[in-house]
Amino acid sequence: MPINKQPVDVVIIGLGWTGSLIGMEMTDAGLDVVALERGADRTKEDFLYPKPADELKYGVRLGMMQSPRTDGVTIRRNGGETALPQRQWTTFHPGNGVGGCGAHWTGVLYRATPTELSMKSFADATFSPGFLPENMVMQDYGVTYDELEPHFDLFERIAGLSGQAGNLNGEIIDGGNPFEGPRSNPFPLPPLPRTLTDTLFTEATQSLGWHPYPYPSANVSQAYTNPYGMQLGPCNFCGFCSNYGCLNYSKASPQTCVLDALKRRDNFSYRTQCDVRRINKAGDGQTVTGVTYIDGDGNEVFQPAKMVFLCSFTLSNVRLLLLSGIGQPYDPISNTGVVGRNFTYQITGSVDMYFERHQFNPFISAGGSGQVIDDFAPDAFDTEQHGFIGGSYIYTTQGPGGAIGGTRVPPGSPSWGSEWKRNAQREYGHHMMIGTTGSNMAYRDCYLDLDPNYRDPHGDPLLRMTYDWKENDMRMTMFMADRIREIVDELGPDYHTESFHKVGDQFDPSHYQSTHLTGGAVMGTDPQTSVVNRYLQHWDAHNLFVMGASNFPQNMMHNPTGTVAALTFWSVRKIRESYLANPGPLMSRS
Amino acid sequence: MPKNDFQPDRRALLKGSLLMLPAMGTGIGLIATAGADEAPPHIDDYTPTFFSTEEWQFILAATDRLIPEDETGAGALGTNVPIFLDLQLGSEYGSADNWYMEGPFPKGAPAAFGYQLPFTPADLYRYGIAATRRYCQDTYQADFPELEAKRQIEVLSGLENGDIHFAPQQGRELPSATFFSFLLKNTKEGYFADPQYGGNKHMGGWKMLGFTGARASFREWVDQYDRPYPLGPVSLSGERG
Repeated sequence: MPINKQPVDVVIIGLGWTGSLIGMEMTDAGLDVVALERGADRTKEDFLYPKPADELKYGVRLGMMQSPRTDGVTIRRNGGETALPQRQWTTFHPGNGVGGCGAHWTGVLYRATPTELSMKSFADATFSPGFLPENMVMQDYGVTYDELEPHFDLFERIAGLSGQAGNLNGEIIDGGNPFEGPRSNPFPLPPLPRTLTDTLFTEATQSLGWHPYPYPSANVSQAYTNPYGMQLGPCNFCGFCSNYGCLNYSKASPQTCVLDALKRRDNFSYRTQCDVRRINKAGDGQTVTGVTYIDGDGNEVFQPAKMVFLCSFTLSNVRLLLLSGIGQPYDPISNTGVVGRNFTYQITGSVDMYFERHQFNPFISAGGSGQVIDDFAPDAFDTEQHGFIGGSYIYTTQGPGGAIGGTRVPPGSPSWGSEWKRNAQREYGHHMMIGTTGSNMAYRDCYLDLDPNYRDPHGDPLLRMTYDWKENDMRMTMFMADRIREIVDELGPDYHTESFHKVGDQFDPSHYQSTHLTGGAVMGTDPQTSVVNRYLQHWDAHNLFVMGASNFPQNMMHNPTGTVAALTFWSVRKIRESYLANPGPLMSRS
Repeated sequence: MPKNDFQPDRRALLKGSLLMLPAMGTGIGLIATAGADEAPPHIDDYTPTFFSTEEWQFILAATDRLIPEDETGAGALGTNVPIFLDLQLGSEYGSADNWYMEGPFPKGAPAAFGYQLPFTPADLYRYGIAATRRYCQDTYQADFPELEAKRQIEVLSGLENGDIHFAPQQGRELPSATFFSFLLKNTKEGYFADPQYGGNKHMGGWKMLGFTGARASFREWVDQYDRPYPLGPVSLSGERG
């Protein structure tokens, strides 16, 4: 028999960025809120210097991440293959514990552009009829940039975003990103200081006629107090950022920006090591009654709640909806159902350059430090003449120069022995990267469902990812590779190596690509093609709300966290304004 | 402005070093040469707990070939890399506690699917070491550690290239290149990971490379372009090198 807990107003599944922000908003509304986190607690004790500065524990053994043993996923590239599990994480790094991905992220904080939020409308207005591939399933988000702008702005103030505005209320500002959507306010803080790689990239791209700007960084450039009264200290470029917790209270995270303020509230509590197994459906067919979880002692517990917020990672959100039987699972053959539909990723590539003449000191590094160009955004140039829809940003960032992950030797040279040592010693600190991160369109045969063969320790099926690279997106990344080669020519390294995908390549999950997995529980205005409505309310259960990048109908070129947070505020403000007084569907199904 | 033309002088270095010590004044104790109370052992005085005596002799000889001591700096033996391997393989890493290790494990999975063998790292080392020693006996009538260095390098290259074939165990074959990739990856981890994990003795690996370890505070150095960073590494325990 499960243990029955006292009912609460709100239960939050997953205490990362979105769960923390929902906690603030719903306790503000005077409701009793309980958050359930399946991983461990993470408090400031875990981030005290020098604990995070441990490359083996965090950078290599991935100590901040979920365990594939308990939370695995299988992958195949098409319906003809048998999916196999990620036995260790390789291609992405899903976070675990309080803070979630927000504790180990890099701190690059972007907004979606107006075009990216309305991609279908943009495509219909811009591209020749019949240009887009037949199996591409493009959708608008159902919310516009203007509607989200105040929420982008609020989250950037919570995170202490450091950078340079490029578009302030429609006025283009020198040194910022001229291709971004209009901002109502400047950045809360100025950009981080420039590294050598930043300066080289800036000079080269300017001489090519492009528009470099500083990475919008949630590693703060100056001491800062956010609207919740949380305080951040200036980033000291410690070199331990992506995959690590911050040892300097400089990287915006649920811990540094929200949780100490939230934990002070009497109407908020959270429980760790609580693994939610099901969202419980009500007999009325229109609502959910709460959640069932396994606690740290192995007890099955039922937590009744008036409202449920699903705030876990993209893959976990989709899996829990499928396991709970809420919403119709997507079937790519009949093209029916919605849960698991429009699963997308990001398209990345990079070059690595060796300069004997430069000393970069690659251990001097901040995750959000770097320089970027958006001159090849989806709406910045005529992509149709190059054979694709979509776009990418091109960037550099210094380091990270960890000894295990940061050694470089010339291609074709030995990987061990004295020659390897000589090369590694000579070249350490003399390498610079340029990368590209690009949009990924949704396709009818790229989706998530439950795996028929592999199960977790509770006997539940793993999530199965069916995903491959498509010609449109490969054409895009090949175009970007050519632009990066122009920058390489400007810079004139002694040699460089390339890592780009091309048309015909298949998805290769054996190497790290990105943790920007999106879609599967997408938002929209049509219940036939979306899991949640434009307020992130589940079409089939009006007291269930789904947060996170699983809402994205297709992926943008930029990093997702800013858009995830803005959508969270957009949803919860509507809930506070309309839903609490009058619970029910916020949009009609027809 | 970037200081591309910076000429270091003693006064600036001293001033810089005062600014840069991350733990200065925080009571973490960077002052003492660390490890004074628990100095890392000499490799010859260590008794392995995971590896058998024969396996240990193989690991000593193989890691010495992978990262030899030479003019660039310390090697695997001088930095206790075999101790790192012994401790890692006897812990949760060796038993793959976090990995998804439920079957089925189909044979011939494409490389794109990553590691798809049923062996934990501990299993893989036991199998790989035994199979390599058997290959040396069959081919050279001698155990690996007894071979001359040139021959050892040939054997290791044979593993790396997959030219040596291991006999199946319980119906499953471990590709020799897979064994070698684990051995090399873990050896480099031991050479470059913080000394608290048993290798990188006195931060010899970091000194060879020029890595600063857990120093982790560089704000004043961000715009000092093309200037080598002058301070040595710091370990998690506060040892300075």
